[in-house]
Amino acid sequence: MIENRPVSTAISHFVLLAGVAIVLFPIWITIVAASHDVARLLEVPLPLGLGDQFFENLKQVVGKGVEGSTPIGIMLFNSLVMALMIAFGKISISLLSAYAIVYFDFRFRMLFFWMIFITLMLPVEVRILPTYEVVAKLGMLDTYWGLTIPLIASATATFMFRQTFLSVPDELLEAARIDGAGPMQFFWDILLPVSRTSIAAMFVILFIYGWNQYLWPLLVTTDKNMMTIVMSIKNMMEALEETPKWHHIMMTALLAMIPPVLVVIGMQKLFVKGLTETEK
Amino acid sequence: MWPASQAVYQSLLVEDAFGMSSQFVWLDNFIELFEDDHYIKTFGRTLFFSAMVAMLSLSVSLVLAAMADRVIRGTGIYRTLLIWPYAVAPVVAGALWVFLFYPTTGIISTFLTSMGYEWNHQLKGNQAMALVVIAAAWKQISYNFLFFLAGMQAIPKSLIEAAAIDAASPAKRFWTIIFPLITPTTFFLLVVNIVYAFFETFGIIHVVTKGGPANATEILVFKVYNDGFVGLDLGGSAAQSVILMVLVIGMTIFQFKYIERKVEY
Repeated sequence: MIENRPVSTAISHFVLLAGVAIVLFPIWITIVAASHDVARLLEVPLPLGLGDQFFENLKQVVGKGVEGSTPIGIMLFNSLVMALMIAFGKISISLLSAYAIVYFDFRFRMLFFWMIFITLMLPVEVRILPTYEVVAKLGMLDTYWGLTIPLIASATATFMFRQTFLSVPDELLEAARIDGAGPMQFFWDILLPVSRTSIAAMFVILFIYGWNQYLWPLLVTTDKNMMTIVMSIKNMMEALEETPKWHHIMMTALLAMIPPVLVVIGMQKLFVKGLTETEK
Repeated sequence: MWPASQAVYQSLLVEDAFGMSSQFVWLDNFIELFEDDHYIKTFGRTLFFSAMVAMLSLSVSLVLAAMADRVIRGTGIYRTLLIWPYAVAPVVAGALWVFLFYPTTGIISTFLTSMGYEWNHQLKGNQAMALVVIAAAWKQISYNFLFFLAGMQAIPKSLIEAAAIDAASPAKRFWTIIFPLITPTTFFLLVVNIVYAFFETFGIIHVVTKGGPANATEILVFKVYNDGFVGLDLGGSAAQSVILMVLVIGMTIFQFKYIERKVEY
């Protein structure tokens, strides 16, 4: 840096390490708890080191399920389907609507833009009751469609894609038209490749968004085979009021956070770019 | 056009919200709400909760970001380590913290008890609140950290070098140069954090306290859910949703206005 101050650099590292430790501590405890059996987790100083029951618990939770509930494997699959459907659904809808808004000059264009923009600001949590009634009337309770469509139908990504499209130089469009490309060909062959990075960044954000949905799945699904893994944790904590089976809960929690964490860390660069650029 | 019809479809969804609540005697619902002591209290509680979450997570991540900006080596590693609580679902985060603070066996709670401090968030309202705030703030640290770090790294190095030549100490450089220059980021994050605390903490509260004990942690979103789906007071719940919608729209507009103007020095 600018000057050499070994002491203050050391302090900086120390503070950072302390911060990392605080942030990581709950996760370490999760892993620890997932690796012990239930008896050990009820003795009072709780273990801080790893136990030997990790794979035992993993087998139990993934294969058989806990307390007669569905095996976690099915829930993981449900969560995955939901997250992917939301991510892909939102991205394709937003791409198309952003394309329409930026490149086509139809009537009431700005009106549509503002309408989309306002829906964007309304989290599902806020419009939950009316949405529930609509979904129930359409008979979509306990289906993947019911799980995902109301969440897709808020064009979060439209705004970001609009920005991306606006930054594409007009010359590209003119060149494409001179070469005889129609609107759809321009979209597929030029616009999509150009906005590849923002699509990928958006995918990370939306995947996490979809995976972590809680309130909505909680309302829409009553069938045990449609539950998502995030919900199951809640159910397990309620199953036994007095002593929750921590080893199973923590194992499930671990499984529930691995996929989104992997996505975030694996695509860290894109993710950071997407976050800081869209400011969403 | 298909995207256009999509937009119309969305707007129908939103209009439904108003339609359904206005079909009934909706004004009564609002009047009832504002005359309800309980609702006003919930409102105040929500404000307190969001302020605490925003302050806690902003200050921790500001310190961490300032440190990460100072060290030359390892910024990337620290970032990777700090980034991923963002990906943890609110419910999962809630479950983790409940485990740590579980009255009879939790690691932190038994430690506190051995220090002579009685911890039982299932019975004591203020402790329940503290736990929910910690869990919510913990999840938000990574997001804030990313933005602060990005903001600090965008500051031209020459400014800081000039100050260093003028013999300004690191602390002084932080307060007189870095902190004022990241004000827009800070303000943006403040709004984001408040919105987050308002709306996205449902999962945490549901799993940690269920709004209890004795409504000590019941915030607005939770009340919408509770009244609508547990208490089945659909009209009242819808009226609350409408109020929340107005709040979100208001906050977002406020944010955009402010960001467009940028912060002047």
